[in-house]
Amino acid sequence: MSKAADYLTKDTAWCPGCGNFPIRQALAEALAELDLAPHQVLMCSGIGQAAKMPHYLRLNGFNGLHGRALPPAVGARVASTALTVIVESGDGDSYGEGGNHFIHTIRRNPHLAHFVHNNQVYGLTKGQASPTSELGMQTNVQTTGVVLPPFQPLAVALTMGAGFVARCFAGERKHLKETMMAAIAFPGYALVDILQPCVTFNKINTYAWYKERCYFPAGHETSDWQAALTLARQWGEHIPLGILYNVPRPTFESHFPALAGAPLNGRPFSPSEVVGAQDEFR
Amino acid sequence: MNIVIGGAAGQGMDTIAHLLGKTLTRLGYGVLLSKDYMSRVRGGHNFSLLRVGSTTPWALATDIDILVALNEETYVVHHKKLRPRASVIFDNALFALPAQEQRGLPTPLGSLARAAGGAILASTVATGAVLSLLGLALPTAEGLIREMFAEALVEQNIAAFRAGYSALLPARPVVAPLPEATPETPQIFIDGNQALGMAALASGCRFLAAYPMTPATGIMTYLAAKQQQYGLVVEQAEDEIAAINMVLGASYAGLRSMTSTSGGGFALMVEGLSLAGMTETPIVVVLAMRPGPATGLPTRTEQGDLNFAIFGGHGEFPRAVLSATNLEDAFYRLNKAFTLADKYQVPVIFLTDQDFADTARSIRPYDFSRLVYERHLATEETAPSPYQRYRLTEDGLSPRAYPGQFAGEVVLADSDEHDEDGHIIEDGAMRKRMMDKRMLKQNALANEMSEPEVYGSTGAEILLIGWGSTYGALREAIDSLQARGKNAAMLHFSDLWPLPLNNVTTLLPEAQYSFCIEGNATGQFSALLRRESGLQTTHLLLKYDGRPWSGEEIVREVEKNV
Repeated sequence: MSKAADYLTKDTAWCPGCGNFPIRQALAEALAELDLAPHQVLMCSGIGQAAKMPHYLRLNGFNGLHGRALPPAVGARVASTALTVIVESGDGDSYGEGGNHFIHTIRRNPHLAHFVHNNQVYGLTKGQASPTSELGMQTNVQTTGVVLPPFQPLAVALTMGAGFVARCFAGERKHLKETMMAAIAFPGYALVDILQPCVTFNKINTYAWYKERCYFPAGHETSDWQAALTLARQWGEHIPLGILYNVPRPTFESHFPALAGAPLNGRPFSPSEVVGAQDEFR
Repeated sequence: MNIVIGGAAGQGMDTIAHLLGKTLTRLGYGVLLSKDYMSRVRGGHNFSLLRVGSTTPWALATDIDILVALNEETYVVHHKKLRPRASVIFDNALFALPAQEQRGLPTPLGSLARAAGGAILASTVATGAVLSLLGLALPTAEGLIREMFAEALVEQNIAAFRAGYSALLPARPVVAPLPEATPETPQIFIDGNQALGMAALASGCRFLAAYPMTPATGIMTYLAAKQQQYGLVVEQAEDEIAAINMVLGASYAGLRSMTSTSGGGFALMVEGLSLAGMTETPIVVVLAMRPGPATGLPTRTEQGDLNFAIFGGHGEFPRAVLSATNLEDAFYRLNKAFTLADKYQVPVIFLTDQDFADTARSIRPYDFSRLVYERHLATEETAPSPYQRYRLTEDGLSPRAYPGQFAGEVVLADSDEHDEDGHIIEDGAMRKRMMDKRMLKQNALANEMSEPEVYGSTGAEILLIGWGSTYGALREAIDSLQARGKNAAMLHFSDLWPLPLNNVTTLLPEAQYSFCIEGNATGQFSALLRRESGLQTTHLLLKYDGRPWSGEEIVREVEKNV
């Protein structure tokens, strides 16, 4: 039986009170409750504070480049369908630098869970706007306030056909853990956008700001795409949390005969097996 | 014997050329087939050039014995290269040749095609006409038609083929006779991209992620067609950044993987190349060069990305750069690229170009027993618990395990500078140790490089130096120079980085005239050679019009200078 303590390791470089701590705790608990051992789990991440997560949990990690967390995760699923693959990165990494990969990974639908720490600000580079920053937010670069309307990750994901779309709040840890478990188990691409206060650089979207606004919509049917889209776009006075949409569709892996059966990475091979390949050229 | 088949894109020149090439190969001739095409789907002027010998020609020649002109432009472009006794097959219902042209063989390609089943069959009619001119029998080509076409299309293609064949029977004596054939020697007829695709397949590469880009796309289409039968995965990525990162993820997770692209795509990949260097993840990147900068000439050839392949990427990290010199060698050399990548946990760039990619030749079948499948993965003996991905060792090689390989152990790869566990660090001492560890591998790679091939006279007065796809042209130039009584040799590099220097430091100073021959405008290899060895050739021959070097051109340039 796995325990959360199996996963929790080193000291972190996060600020005291950072929203990353409860996310880390929730994830360790989720993995333990799913009874996964650290060697069975791979976390791919990009660059940013959230992307340091593979250093602060004991599991397999591929801490790659900024914006490039998703493609290695797809490749890893090709190599081994036995791996539980999680992508953990921030809003800048996932929705800005990696926007194209975000769109096309949704289309591709590999079995992986994408946990985006959405703090609506760039922390590692000290406080510039992120794709999800509020209109008007002033920063050292956006000196008269953000003028680009915020990116809407959940609406984009739903529109692109994502099968599992959820919003969580770092301050609702139990709900976060349960949603993470559902996302990991979901057969296909599962997006969990996690509202995460940045206590140092985001003075607008604080714990209190979120607590006032976040709510769990009653009676929402997670197979109702239209209702999910309406909730995904709801923002401001009221911010709905929860699994908004949960309808599987055929996975990326299911389209390849090679990925049925044992993981590709463990299969033996000898060049003599394919000597017949040159017959077509005779 | 040189045959040129030309027309507008979409007129089926590829079909004729391929059918002829393969037929002649099966009959025991040596065939070289080169494609000259424009970056468009319809129209323009595209042509295929078949050169036929009793042994397989190494490179193209310019004079033409048979010209198949599917449109008037083909005649206009090529008529100056026609030999006196040449023949021009054309459809006189479409256009007329100039009155003074005596070499025309008017053939009703269109009406015969329509009679056989449709205008689209004109290319098959033309194939029959060429075979008839060559004085060859029907059965081999008809057998091929049955293999190549879908069942519903076989009979009409055979009818079209026979109609073309009969139409020109009376004209046979016009053309020069074919050289001797050796039908008993087994041969395959294959182009560069197919050879590399098959080499990847036979090297155990089981994942290709790529974005289609001329002239590399043929590798992708070859492997895509093999997915079901051989259990591999080909994924068309959203861009080249995704492609290389997918390949990195798969390779990190233990699967032999590759990507293929051309210069513009490689430009997007260099960020990932640097990641491969830092995370010590083995990958093979096939870079099929075409003329740049930017979009350049998408369907033409150049050797302009040598510096980019060797030096591209931020920061310093070890890598190997190998190249395709000829079809015979490239198959085994790509296998070596995979072995080096795995053994040294580095990116290996395999340079080809449009000329190599699109040229087919008849060659002896490949010997698959010469291929190796060596993964150099960690074992329980080499990787004691707790596993450390970047354990410091004497030779700089940390035993590489993949996630899940050992129960209870985790594998952490990091693009930040890291400690032995793979965790982010900032301290200067560890940074230096990790850099030293990685760069040790560059030294070891130097010992793996093949020396350049020497061909020609010993103690040569004239030395030609080349690399990559110019091998055939240089070889023909040497044969030709020797036939003209010149004391000449060539030194041809296939492994380019780290640059092997033994042969060149011995041979270059002995030659009175030395020529570095390249398909670029700045002499990138020449500069590399000077930088690495302090040596310089007496002459530099550069070609950057987007077309490949021919042996004849090289001989002409050499004779101007000696």
